[in-house]
Amino acid sequence: MVLAAVIVLVPRMPRWDRVKKSFFDVEQMRDSLPRLIDAFWLDVKIFAWTTPAIFVLALLIALARNSRSPALFPVRAFAAVYTDVMRGVPVILWIYLVGFGVPGLGLERPYNSPLLWGSVALAMTYSGYVAEVFRAGIASVHESQRAAARSLGLSSWQTMRFVVLPQAVRRVVPPLLNDLVSLQKDVALVSLIGPIEILRQANIDKAKFANFTPFIVAALIFLAVTIPLTRLTDYLWHRQQRRTTGTRVAA
Amino acid sequence: MTAGPNNTATPSAAAAKVSLRGVTKAFGNNVVLRDFSLDVSAGEVVSLIGASGSGKTTVLRCINLLEQIDDGAVLLDGDEISSVGRDPNPVRRRVGIVFQSFNLFPHMSVARNITLALTEVLGQTTDAARDRASELLRRFGLSEKADVYPDQLSGGQQQRVAIIRALAMKPEVLLLDEITSALDPELVGEVLDVVRELKGSGITMLIATHEMAFAREISDRVCFLHGGTIAEVGAPSELFGAPRDERTKQFLRRVRM
Ligand SMILES: Nc1ncnc2c1ncn2[C@@H]1O[C@H](COP(=O)(O)OP(=O)(O)OP(=O)(O)O)[C@@H](O)[C@H]1O
Ligand SMILES: [Mg+2]
Repeated sequence: MVLAAVIVLVPRMPRWDRVKKSFFDVEQMRDSLPRLIDAFWLDVKIFAWTTPAIFVLALLIALARNSRSPALFPVRAFAAVYTDVMRGVPVILWIYLVGFGVPGLGLERPYNSPLLWGSVALAMTYSGYVAEVFRAGIASVHESQRAAARSLGLSSWQTMRFVVLPQAVRRVVPPLLNDLVSLQKDVALVSLIGPIEILRQANIDKAKFANFTPFIVAALIFLAVTIPLTRLTDYLWHRQQRRTTGTRVAA
Repeated sequence: MTAGPNNTATPSAAAAKVSLRGVTKAFGNNVVLRDFSLDVSAGEVVSLIGASGSGKTTVLRCINLLEQIDDGAVLLDGDEISSVGRDPNPVRRRVGIVFQSFNLFPHMSVARNITLALTEVLGQTTDAARDRASELLRRFGLSEKADVYPDQLSGGQQQRVAIIRALAMKPEVLLLDEITSALDPELVGEVLDVVRELKGSGITMLIATHEMAFAREISDRVCFLHGGTIAEVGAPSELFGAPRDERTKQFLRRVRM
């Protein structure tokens, strides 16, 4: 309905012609598309190398927060402060702080690349969010599972590894994918400190041709990736729901 | 046999397989076990009966070191296992426990549930562990279920697998905590049959139970717990047939209705 109204009404607006020219210029699209796809490769690469780093870091933080030994109190406290600080500051600010700040310390090439430190900033912040997801998953595994494992003589680490974590991770796959969808978009923020990824390339094209169409193309490229990811998340979520909440009633 | 209000044929503590000496355990202000003492000799089957909240589960969890006691001592073969800072894992290899709620690992097949501790704790090879699991599954009539996941089993089958999982470690002592309480009545029999089969195999068993008929049939001695202490202990025929303690009489009247 709304969509139909937009399709019918928007072209009747008085300045539609001008907007159409500056946002939906077909020539411009054809010209920008290859360049933007090329630039998007950098986004994909940043995504690809930050994701494993995020998972490893987040898992370590979550395990630290779930440790029980009284001696490990400082570790728990550090993990708690870490997640609070990472989640309490906007991603973009971390990217500025780390991406400009660390290279500004006077590091040698290649260790002064904003691309490197921008990625590090992303990994840091996202590991804070993902750690909380893991922690919730670990907490959701019933204490009796631990009792059963410990009573068989498994150490607390073996209990975590063989009994708690596999169940925890299975339960949090949907929220994890959700975070990955956000990460996929936030990768573009790295452009703000220099690297020419898709958003920056679109901006360059826009300036060069005095036309906004490259932004539309960039948005479409993002959608082409995030929509399938989102659908996959939904699908896994529903499957999980069915498993844990029993058979659905018909209506 | 000589009958006493507190004791029947208690072996000397030194010869006892499991020995609780003056054990006290509190959760916050709630003192759950008070100066609790009991000796169980090797191969003996002792049942713990008593009202809900009387401390049966807590006794078993203390023996398995799943709870840390506040005072007293727990001994296994005369060796004090309850000392603070002692590694509980070697003890747990020798003392198995089966829970009311089965607590099978839902993400593992039946076979893996059984072999996990064999490979990871005892260091057996996958093949050896798998053989041990098959042998036990066959013995208890569950051969076809080896590769099935726990949620595809009936409650009775799940509990039998849980018992097998504990037995696979060849424990010297087996603690059974109301293993039939979560089961439909028609499934109780198959689980109790497993316990009957184990009696006399040399394994020492402590059984917390609400099944009075079963306790009477299977036990060498029965302990009636009240408020975290043993109010009365004796051979089943004495404790059920001629209880001495007023609280025992009351309890038995209530459960028999
Ligand atoms: N983890 C715990 N934290 C606090 N209180 C506990 C805990 N476990 C047991 N209790 C308390 O200890 C008391 C004895 O509990 P226990 O489970 O040993 O009784 P029980 O004889 O096994 O009872 P039931 O027949 O209901 O299983 C109860 O009052 C219970 O509320
Ligand atoms: Mg109990």
